[in-house]
Amino acid sequence: MLRIEGLTAEIDGKEILKGIDLEVPTGEVHAIMGPNGSGKSTLSYVLSGREGYEVTGGSATLDGVDILAMEPEERAAAGLFLAFQYPVELPGVGNVTFLRTALNAIRKGRGESELDAMQFLKLARERMKALSMPEDMLKRGVNVGFSGGEKKRNEILQMALLQPSMAILDETDSGLDIDALKIVSDGVNAMRGPNFSALVITHYQRLLDYIVPDRVHVLMQGRIVKSGGPELAQELEAQGYGAVQNAA
Amino acid sequence: MPAVTETIETVQSVTESTYKWGFETDIEMEFAPKGLNEDIVRFISAKKNEPEWLLEWRLRAFSAWKAMVEPRWAAVKYPPIDYQDAHYYAAPKTKVGPKSLDEVDPELLKTYAKLGIPLREQEILAGVEGAGSVPAEGRMPVAVDAVFDSVSVATSYKERLGKEGIIFCSISEAVQEHPELVRKYLGTVVPQGDNFFAALNSAVFTDGSFVYIPKGVRCPMELSTYFRINAKSTGQFERTLIIADAGSHVSYLEGCTAPMRDENQLHAAVVELVAMDDATIKYSTVQNWYPGDAEGKGGIYNFVTKRGACRGARSKISWTQVETGSAITWKYPSCILQGEDSVGEFYSVAITNNYQQADTGTKMFHIGPRTKSTIVSKGISAGHGQNTYRGLVRIGAKAKGARNFTQCDSLLIGDLCGAHTVPYIENRCVSAKVEHEATTSRIAEDQLFYCRQRGLTQEEAVGLIVNGFCREVLKELPMEFAVEAQKLLQISLEGSVG
Ligand SMILES: Nc1ncnc2c1ncn2[C@@H]1O[C@H](COP(=O)(O)OP(=O)(O)OP(=O)(O)O)[C@@H](O)[C@H]1O
Ligand SMILES: [Mg+2]
Repeated sequence: MLRIEGLTAEIDGKEILKGIDLEVPTGEVHAIMGPNGSGKSTLSYVLSGREGYEVTGGSATLDGVDILAMEPEERAAAGLFLAFQYPVELPGVGNVTFLRTALNAIRKGRGESELDAMQFLKLARERMKALSMPEDMLKRGVNVGFSGGEKKRNEILQMALLQPSMAILDETDSGLDIDALKIVSDGVNAMRGPNFSALVITHYQRLLDYIVPDRVHVLMQGRIVKSGGPELAQELEAQGYGAVQNAA
Repeated sequence: MPAVTETIETVQSVTESTYKWGFETDIEMEFAPKGLNEDIVRFISAKKNEPEWLLEWRLRAFSAWKAMVEPRWAAVKYPPIDYQDAHYYAAPKTKVGPKSLDEVDPELLKTYAKLGIPLREQEILAGVEGAGSVPAEGRMPVAVDAVFDSVSVATSYKERLGKEGIIFCSISEAVQEHPELVRKYLGTVVPQGDNFFAALNSAVFTDGSFVYIPKGVRCPMELSTYFRINAKSTGQFERTLIIADAGSHVSYLEGCTAPMRDENQLHAAVVELVAMDDATIKYSTVQNWYPGDAEGKGGIYNFVTKRGACRGARSKISWTQVETGSAITWKYPSCILQGEDSVGEFYSVAITNNYQQADTGTKMFHIGPRTKSTIVSKGISAGHGQNTYRGLVRIGAKAKGARNFTQCDSLLIGDLCGAHTVPYIENRCVSAKVEHEATTSRIAEDQLFYCRQRGLTQEEAVGLIVNGFCREVLKELPMEFAVEAQKLLQISLEGSVG
């Protein structure tokens, strides 16, 4: 379970998160919606420990453990995964090398044995097939020259390989065509179960038709201003954020 | 701690503890008295029982050297070197040039075992300390010539190579056994008076490797020489000569390490390559001399002249270097492209960390028609390291249709280091085509964070990104050494990770 209480954070001395309270019980998928610049990505970076995002107050725990005190790689080992809004290119680093290094790092952190090249390839091919990703994407540099949609699919592939217990998906649906949206959603749904939770950041209600959330939260100006069931997303789609703001 | 600051500090904190090759072998040694004069040159020549012509050759080099001044145009800084304050000959007291491994001093065998260098023939190069995830099975054997201070102590696979007519031995032995070949080629690529350090080397060189590949023979295994400086207050002056006769093919690799000391030690080598018609020489270097400590104290001065002559048509010489060690590196492996359609290549990775300085690059002399050269240089600077690419592409009037492509990329880690690119292009042929590309970049914070979010530590992330940056060069290394080189890159940039 991810529990966030009174979380405040700033970038370059500017307060962005102004007191976030949020709980994602294990096994649930929650959605976060909110206008551009409201602090959605900031929240995902603060939770995953990015440099420059300074926590000024509050707490965040994953299964009771304080994650804010950990290094980013320790948070990853603890089961936290972030699908980036803008996946990063690593020129010259083969995707297969990266994926295997990452998986083995996580496995090591969990006290599991490392996979050799053959074992890994078998697993990667399996997962790629499920995501309809062409195999040659393994050979290419990490995200280098990938189309927007391919980058997003590569994020989901990583999630499928690393098997996190808590995934934050930051606008993974943006830039996906209709078929890809369905494939990616299937990828996320396949992970759903009693030991997996997710925080899905999106601007579009459409994604939530495929990944039906347990709860929907509205983030505005650094605060959760409203929470509700899946119907809240539909309300927002129909009325925009103005209505929520006025009501809040 | 913020990730980038941490990286910089990690990188800066590289200390002796990360240089795993810095031990000293306690062995009885024989030295020439300190100092440099004609008598010392004669002493060395006599020690090696050399013919009169070679002594004269050395003496000519020595008088040329006396008239020369040390080059100061490179972008490196160091206090004046006292050439009289070093031993120019240092050898283990066992007899020179043992015939079999059983005759080699066990201390030396232990030294090479500790360095991970296999001298026994059935053994294969396992790489330095747990280079390991690659299984040992199926790897090609590697023939090794081991040079310890001033002498070669062992050369493996000589007999097996001999069956194909290949000569692989120390240059001292070649002088005795194949004087006609040595005399024919020695100094024909790098003349005695070529430059200050080459002249010094020509006067006092003590050992090195000699390779001759006969016509039409493809050398069945990697050849390699492992240079080890051990003794205090000595310089190492090795001389390597490789001749690939028409239609032959050879891949050769050199590696080097030295103990950690406060003093700076001079390593001034000369390497000459000759490729005849349709011959190919692939020369790879993994240079890991002691780089000095985190404050810039100690380390090897690596002042080296390497040059290859593509004498024959369609011949090819390819230099690949991974330069991670040395306090100062001054070297420009070059190609003289005489034969028509001959090809020269230079692939380089140079890392400077702490107070290391590197001024390195290549010279490509296009003389014959349709000659082609490729230069790919990757410089990585961290700490207070200074890294300069210095290159010359000269295209002569007769080099019709010659082509060069140069790419120089620099990667900076932290903001105390520096990267410089100094390309010279001289083109006297209108039909020739010369292209040059250069980039300078930093390891981006988002790249590090992306890797760490996926579970990699700071050091692993830097290592992965740096290896990615160097990929085009690393893939040119023989497979046996690529893994080792990758590890070395990471280690050179790491602190002592517990
Ligand atoms: N380095 C920075 N310095 C100052 N302000 C910053 C910095 N980085 C982000 N911000 C600001 O923080 C606010 C929140 O940004 P964030 O990326 O979290 O928004 P978001 O909700 O993810 O928006 P979007 O829907 O467009 O992705 C924005 O106003 C942004 O301009
Ligand atoms: Mg965002």
